[in-house]
Amino acid sequence: MLNYDLVVVGGGPAGMAAALKAKEEGVEKVVILERAETLGGILEQCIHTGFGLHYFGEELSGPEYAGRFIEQVENTDIDVYTDTMVLNVSDSNVVTAVNNKDGLLQFQAIAVVLAMGCRERPRGALSIAGSRPAGIMTAGTAQKYVNIDGYMPGKKVVILGSGDIGLIMARRMTLEGAEVKVVCELMPYSGGLQRNIVQCLDDFGIPLRLSCTVVKTHGKDRLEGITIANVDERLKPIPGTEEYIECDTLLLSVGLIPENELSKDAGVDLDMITNGPVVDEYRETLRPGVFACGNVLQVHDLVDYVTEESQIAGKGAADYIFGKKKGGTFINTKGINGVRYVVPQRVNIEGEKKLKLYFRVGQVFKGARVVVECDGEVLSSRKKVKLAPGEMENVVITPEMLKKMNKDSEIIVRVEE
Amino acid sequence: MIKNLICVACPLGCPIEVEVDGTQVVSVKGNTCKRGDEYARTEITNPVRSLTTSVKLEGGMHPVVPVKSSGAIPKDKMFQCMEAINSVTIKAPVKIGDVVVENILGLGVDIVATNCDSGK
Amino acid sequence: MEYDVAVIGAGVVGSLITRELSRYNVKTALLERCNDCAMGATKANSAIVHAGFDAVPGTLKAKLNVRGVELMKTFCKELNVPLQNNGALVVAFSEGEKAHLEKLLDRGVRNGVPGLYVADREELVKLEPNIGDTAVAALVAPTSSIVCPYELTIAGVENAVTNGAEFIRNCQVTAIDYTDGEFTLATTQGEIKADYVINAAGVHSGEVAALIGDNSIEIVVRHGDYYLLDKSQGTLASHTIFQCPTEMGKGVLVSPTVDGNLIVGPSAEDIDDGDDVATTEFGLDKIYTMAIKSVPKVSLRNAITSFSGNRAHPTTDDFIIGSSAVNEKFINAAGIESPGLSSAPAIAEMVAGIVNDLAGGLERKADFNPVRPEPVRFRHMSTEERAELINKNKAYGRIVCRCETITEGEIVDAIHAPAGARDVDGVKRRTRAGMGRCQGGFCGSKVVEILARELGVSMNEITKFGGESRIMYDRTK
Repeated sequence: MLNYDLVVVGGGPAGMAAALKAKEEGVEKVVILERAETLGGILEQCIHTGFGLHYFGEELSGPEYAGRFIEQVENTDIDVYTDTMVLNVSDSNVVTAVNNKDGLLQFQAIAVVLAMGCRERPRGALSIAGSRPAGIMTAGTAQKYVNIDGYMPGKKVVILGSGDIGLIMARRMTLEGAEVKVVCELMPYSGGLQRNIVQCLDDFGIPLRLSCTVVKTHGKDRLEGITIANVDERLKPIPGTEEYIECDTLLLSVGLIPENELSKDAGVDLDMITNGPVVDEYRETLRPGVFACGNVLQVHDLVDYVTEESQIAGKGAADYIFGKKKGGTFINTKGINGVRYVVPQRVNIEGEKKLKLYFRVGQVFKGARVVVECDGEVLSSRKKVKLAPGEMENVVITPEMLKKMNKDSEIIVRVEE
Repeated sequence: MIKNLICVACPLGCPIEVEVDGTQVVSVKGNTCKRGDEYARTEITNPVRSLTTSVKLEGGMHPVVPVKSSGAIPKDKMFQCMEAINSVTIKAPVKIGDVVVENILGLGVDIVATNCDSGK
Repeated sequence: MEYDVAVIGAGVVGSLITRELSRYNVKTALLERCNDCAMGATKANSAIVHAGFDAVPGTLKAKLNVRGVELMKTFCKELNVPLQNNGALVVAFSEGEKAHLEKLLDRGVRNGVPGLYVADREELVKLEPNIGDTAVAALVAPTSSIVCPYELTIAGVENAVTNGAEFIRNCQVTAIDYTDGEFTLATTQGEIKADYVINAAGVHSGEVAALIGDNSIEIVVRHGDYYLLDKSQGTLASHTIFQCPTEMGKGVLVSPTVDGNLIVGPSAEDIDDGDDVATTEFGLDKIYTMAIKSVPKVSLRNAITSFSGNRAHPTTDDFIIGSSAVNEKFINAAGIESPGLSSAPAIAEMVAGIVNDLAGGLERKADFNPVRPEPVRFRHMSTEERAELINKNKAYGRIVCRCETITEGEIVDAIHAPAGARDVDGVKRRTRAGMGRCQGGFCGSKVVEILARELGVSMNEITKFGGESRIMYDRTK
């Protein structure tokens, strides 16, 4: 058994930021357990730029952004195990992991930070009819083939889903010589950033078809084509709008799911909407001493926010380790009227610091207000030019606001049109 | 004439309205920062983009290593730059910031590595 | 290449026949047109070992089903294939259907199925708390079990190969000639000679029989779609829950699988192309609508994949097993639809018996080893067992598939096993790598890498399931 103050599960941007913050706060023994061969997580394959504008004030590629944190980790005495898979987090915070050098490892931790990230929704979750040939894969898998393994997964490509990964891969495949025929989006709006629609699709003349989905795949061994169709308001394909498109590759960018198998096994309560743990403002889950941050907590669109959130978790874990984290009176937060969810789900009204509530909306709003209220009283109301499901928003809660609340209060975030 | 753009300078994606007279930009509206103004002006006169791709690597942990252009390059030179980069093979080890192609196509922009690979 | 017996088709039937023959001093070749065994109906069916109440008494189906259930226990034990006796329920949703249960009960008793009885709603709810509100009663079949059909097949081929049989992949039989008491098979792997030919070609068995001029076998391709749900849903049902059967088959079932998932299906639609395993929107919709009648909590939100399989429905409605009228040394094992999996061990026994009789008694192999060693299953091990295993071989310390906790060691084992995996789906079926909720999103490329390394080829030569199913094209640069 190896003894550590803090065990961080996952060495992507979230895990590294949490570990570094805890170290900075004076935690002595910190270890990061990473399943891939190197630190950096999914950023290693995100070779496009657009990372770090908020945090570093400059535009970096994924590996560069990760690289800055990897360097910092290397300059501390944080222990790192790569190629190491965590199998289980026990009730007493014993973390069991394996790798092919040390075999089975057990770490006794005072606090644990869960930072396992997320995974892509596969085809199965979509129930697309048709054959099941080679050439159908998630956009992220294709990204790894192209950017890490240096292989082209196809030449004539259709992309389903206009999330950022789908858009980025449309450009990437085009630059490497593939023909991207169309990007189909089920919803009447894109889930990706506007800038990515401009510089990944418009720049290359790739059409984006909204309210459109893939209804059938064709081809026995390798994909030979797909049938797309328009969908109605209930997102059901409209008969008669089917159109055949010849292609050898279908990339799916249809959503990310926080990877919480380990959390569930560890008895951590999950939020049914975020698919991530229920946490308080310190990013502590309902299991004392177990924290969560990054995409395992909620899917982010900007890594900068992951870093920010993970530093909060790192600080929280440090306070827990030093016994500084006192109890408190926790109340729930809730999103209604267009606000799908709010993270953190619990807030300590005895807290003395300003805090941010992050949320996502369920549809596009233009010129609407974001209203925060508690016990019928409006705490803040801000007009936003645009709110979109693809972009995470936040509202600020001040200590003054908290002072007005009691143990039965509930903080509500809603959209007012 | 009014041209509507989406700013790509940062992830905010501000909608920008540019008033154009011939090839002259008369006014820029809708941007929320200075970079947006700059973007709008160059987008009308000489659209540029930064390029990210990978370059062939010999003796590395991986067969390719990611690279980016050190500055923006004209949009219509994208594929020419890709060709030039694809004809290059570099050798491990490579560090972040290593120049892979100097002054690509004479555009005054370098292609630099954005990840390290210490080799097999 | 000369053999005593050539078995055409490496589905569960052909594979178990080959294994039965490997008990004797008989040179046997198992010919498979795909890149792996278990590629037809075997990999896409309900995975049920039926109790045997459904078949009409006196038919081969009835006889072989009941015998198959008995033999299945020994087969699975010897081959180290998990077999789970979870019991089945046939649910009636109306008084009319309830009357049908009595008919099934009677049929089952006549077929010799033990333990059958009809449970009322009260008992049914105790047996299956998630059963639909409209269910009024159910026939309980305690001897019904679940098994993984492709695992059984793979294990059967492995064991047969270990005992001297030969497994020939990508070997499609295109013509058969019979001269001077010997068959000559023209195949995509060259000419193969054999004294006996066994036709276990599934949906194509009619076409294969026609190659010797036997046009008696008429196969209708009956297409069925399935959903497979996440392991978190595996406990929605503990029994295999059937609905009252219709003309087209046993209807839509909801059942746990031996691996802990929930399977829902199949639809039933007769089609022309035996190789068309595309799922249909119509079929998928239908099985969902029907499944929620049995278990309303079934939710497609938790579907991890959908697939379909083609059952070989004989127009005679019964299995066609025995020497062809054209040539007694050409033995058909055709029209094997449900309860084909349940009957497979008995079909194997029967067909081997026919060969034995025709040959005037075959010589038993003195060193036949009926046991297929249990593959390493890291996910089922205790912490101590895992530590010990990794100490012996470090490759078991590297987890490749996160969702199912499959190690590199297990994947390497699967590739180097007798008749081992040659493609990504082959690895998946042998180890479960890529079977989980991410469906290979993370581990797919690692599996390709390991396959390429172990088989000594480059990554872009690796296929999903043989043929032209390449996963990657050329290098980007």
